[in-house]
Amino acid sequence: MEADALALEAHFIHQEPYYEPVGNEIAIFATAWQHKLPVLLKGPTGCGKTRFMEYMAWKLQRPLITVSCHDDLTAADLVGRYLVKGGETVWVDGPLTRAVRAGGICYLDEVVEARKDTLVVIHPLADDRRTLPMEKLGQWLTAPDTFCLAVSYNPGYQSVLKDLKQSTRQRFVALEFNYPEAELEARIVTAESGIAPEMAARLVKFAHMTRNLKGGGLEEGASTRLLVHAGKLIVGGIDPVTACRSAVAQAVTDDADMLAAIQELSSSLF
Amino acid sequence: MTETVVGVDAIVKQLHVCLEADLSHYRVDRLGAELAALTPEDSAFILLWIKRMATVHLELGWQFGRRAPKLLASMGQRQMAAWAELACDTYDRQGLRAALQAVEKVENFASRQLEMTAGVLFADMAGILGNFVRGLSGRKLFLEQGEVIHTDSERIFLPAVIACLPDYSDNFQIAKAAVALQWAQIRFGSYRLDWRGVCQSYPDPQRALQQLHGLESLRLSARLAQELPGLHREMTRLRQVMGESLADGWHEFLPILHAPGADIAVSATCLPRAYALPDFRPWSFQGEIRPEAVAAALAARQEREKARLRVKLKALQEDQPLSAQKKPAEKALGPPGFSAQPRDEEGHLDVALSLDGQPLAPPEGVKQLMLSVYLDFGEIPPEYLVPAGDGEYAPEQLGEVAQDPDAVWKGTYHEEGALLYPEWDSGRQHYRKNWAVMRERDVEPVFDDFPRATLEKYAGLVKHLRRSFEAMRDEHRTEKRQGQGDEVDIDALVEALADARAGREMSDRLFLHQYRTERNIAVAIMVDMSGSTRGWINEAEREALLLLCEALTLLGDRYAIYGFSGVTRKRCELYRIKRFDEPYSAEVKARISGIRAQEYTRMGFAIRHLTTLLKQLEARTRVLVTLSDGRPDDYFDGYRGPYGIEDTRMALLEAKQGGVHPFCITIDREARDYLPHLYGTASYVILDGVDQLPAKVADIYRRITTR
Repeated sequence: MEADALALEAHFIHQEPYYEPVGNEIAIFATAWQHKLPVLLKGPTGCGKTRFMEYMAWKLQRPLITVSCHDDLTAADLVGRYLVKGGETVWVDGPLTRAVRAGGICYLDEVVEARKDTLVVIHPLADDRRTLPMEKLGQWLTAPDTFCLAVSYNPGYQSVLKDLKQSTRQRFVALEFNYPEAELEARIVTAESGIAPEMAARLVKFAHMTRNLKGGGLEEGASTRLLVHAGKLIVGGIDPVTACRSAVAQAVTDDADMLAAIQELSSSLF
Repeated sequence: MTETVVGVDAIVKQLHVCLEADLSHYRVDRLGAELAALTPEDSAFILLWIKRMATVHLELGWQFGRRAPKLLASMGQRQMAAWAELACDTYDRQGLRAALQAVEKVENFASRQLEMTAGVLFADMAGILGNFVRGLSGRKLFLEQGEVIHTDSERIFLPAVIACLPDYSDNFQIAKAAVALQWAQIRFGSYRLDWRGVCQSYPDPQRALQQLHGLESLRLSARLAQELPGLHREMTRLRQVMGESLADGWHEFLPILHAPGADIAVSATCLPRAYALPDFRPWSFQGEIRPEAVAAALAARQEREKARLRVKLKALQEDQPLSAQKKPAEKALGPPGFSAQPRDEEGHLDVALSLDGQPLAPPEGVKQLMLSVYLDFGEIPPEYLVPAGDGEYAPEQLGEVAQDPDAVWKGTYHEEGALLYPEWDSGRQHYRKNWAVMRERDVEPVFDDFPRATLEKYAGLVKHLRRSFEAMRDEHRTEKRQGQGDEVDIDALVEALADARAGREMSDRLFLHQYRTERNIAVAIMVDMSGSTRGWINEAEREALLLLCEALTLLGDRYAIYGFSGVTRKRCELYRIKRFDEPYSAEVKARISGIRAQEYTRMGFAIRHLTTLLKQLEARTRVLVTLSDGRPDDYFDGYRGPYGIEDTRMALLEAKQGGVHPFCITIDREARDYLPHLYGTASYVILDGVDQLPAKVADIYRRITTR
């Protein structure tokens, strides 16, 4: 039990994570949490969804257990399984079960990547039953009031296969995230990378240029996260054009023509 | 010496053949001698191009050949190939006359420019700079090839080649600066002025136009210095290298034009003084101003954008919840209806939209439209923000209506609503761009007894297919005694415990692991609907398709069926029988019933289009199965013979590069001659008789999609 408490302790966030609210997402999330509603975060990659979850976990003082979903994720990976230890079978909780027991926040990142049959286990947890069926133990685990289920996904994927089923998505309060307004984004880049505000504004402008190319050869424009990377390289003494190439252009595309075009954009700007 | 003589003979002989000298009476002897005097490498190069161009048109090949030997030394092979390709492309688009002019231009060009080896070609620029200009803010602009650098406010035209400086990368920078300057004209409102009207009052309106253009270039260069400082540095450097300094007296305008917020009106007020000054020395990347082209594009755009914006706003208004629409207290906050506030400061362009004073996040499409309108007017005129009434605009006004494919042939020919695909010209070793005009059409469904009769006729076969296809379906396989897995393997555990008790080493492979073998296949079936299939081949094809559908539906693979046929490049048709997203329904069966033989076997476009469709699907394996009765063939425009074969082969290669596996099932017994060349040695099956088609197709499919 002590070991469990220690393990759980690691999931508490003690220092306030840096987060700039874009709209009223903090109030919505807090209210949803009070009313025991699960939350769905939509938005492109690198716009601050995970950071927002860290911030809310800190604000609500709940442990945050994050699961990055992938297409081999099974229900047992989430709920738990029997292992054999020293000649005996021992039940080991999965991350979702641990979060439920601790009354914490379970955050399933990129939930569409998980297999559809896996996701079904969260259904009873995500409606007013708030219970987790643990088939192999023959138990139903009821979530305490402080438990919160949050999932994220990126609706920008063009693939029809990477979409949430209605039966899954219609259980959640949805929060839409997008890249912040230019001034705010520049402030975030400055705060995160330590770059000069004027340079941050240029980086944001560069990001807007790449976002203009979305759909015309780029799957996704440069995210705030990439700008922070570029900012850190620039602070570290790398020339801005090179930093943009390494941290942004190469990260968003492999296409030679597109790389050259982005390169021309950054060399025009700096 | 004797070697050269042999060379001359051989060359003349080759020229004789490719230029058909017996009939055309071209004097190939002299040309042969000229070619023989060159190095073997050069003469082979020119001879190759003469051959290629002669396949396009004999005269083109001859005129090219007459000029090429003299020009090669100054032009270099790269440029010469580019010009030859340009001439062929011109022939495709505008016919012989224009193409011959393009050939003649080679001469002008070569005599004017010696450093052509460093020239940057349109094809080199288009890809990169096209993305470059779309990355800049504002309206989405497109690059096209034209005579000189100019814009019509929707497209930016660049010449076929830019060769101002002896260095390739400098020339590329000139092209980039040209694109940026044209973009700046649109972005910073150069066309919010009636250029012709202003210049008309001067004694020499053309000169006034040029002086005003100069003033604008100075103004925009200052805006670019703010917006794109890196590019501005480059532009300044290029002007220094080119020695393009300002003429006397022009410096006095700089403080006025460089003031923040200076717009086109400021340039216009400077024009009277500028008119009195010496001519503005144009910059190499400045291009021309074409007020007429801009006005024409604007006229076409205005009504269309107004209609689209108003219709979209109406949809947006209807999407708002009723409570938000009717709250009297909030109505007082702002003016009723939509209002838009463009924000254009510090190089950041954005438009905010509000409804009844409440801010609203506009969808991307609406935002794009509003930005485009703003660029034209410097504001969003209020009448653009009135949501459209019901039925106020006909769909044609929105420019979003698909043209009826049949209407093409009833009235005048047009290419609206059609997709254009390139074709590979093997003679020329080059693509003919936008060559095949492709339309998707529906097969008229025929609700008859055919599907039922077929299933009855092949009842035994259907049963066999069901069994064998069912066995291929997704299956969960549980593997025992694994190192890790979802569940404990009790058998293994008991054994291991027994081992442990007995003092032996205990195995750690104690788990059950579930594997799921997923079939993740998408297949497009391309059916030959050419005239040669008329009769019993057609019937066999239809039977085969029905049986295949039965099997595929069982299997759960995603599949689509399209029939192809064509008459000349202008009328390439793909008949939709079943789309990917359509279930196998009575309608689909009726369409299979309704497959009728059409025209000729043009294949390239069909492969290219289906490859595009396949690539849009997310599937681990993508297969393109062709059912055909013979070699590619089309009437009249040379698709017969090697051209058709080579184009089909190229289309198949493109498909393979795109991750699509092509496979061909044919009943053409001569197919062994050409199919290995097209599909590779293992990707085709030749059936001995038509009667085998229904029985074999599903079976072949099963074979090619299992391990």
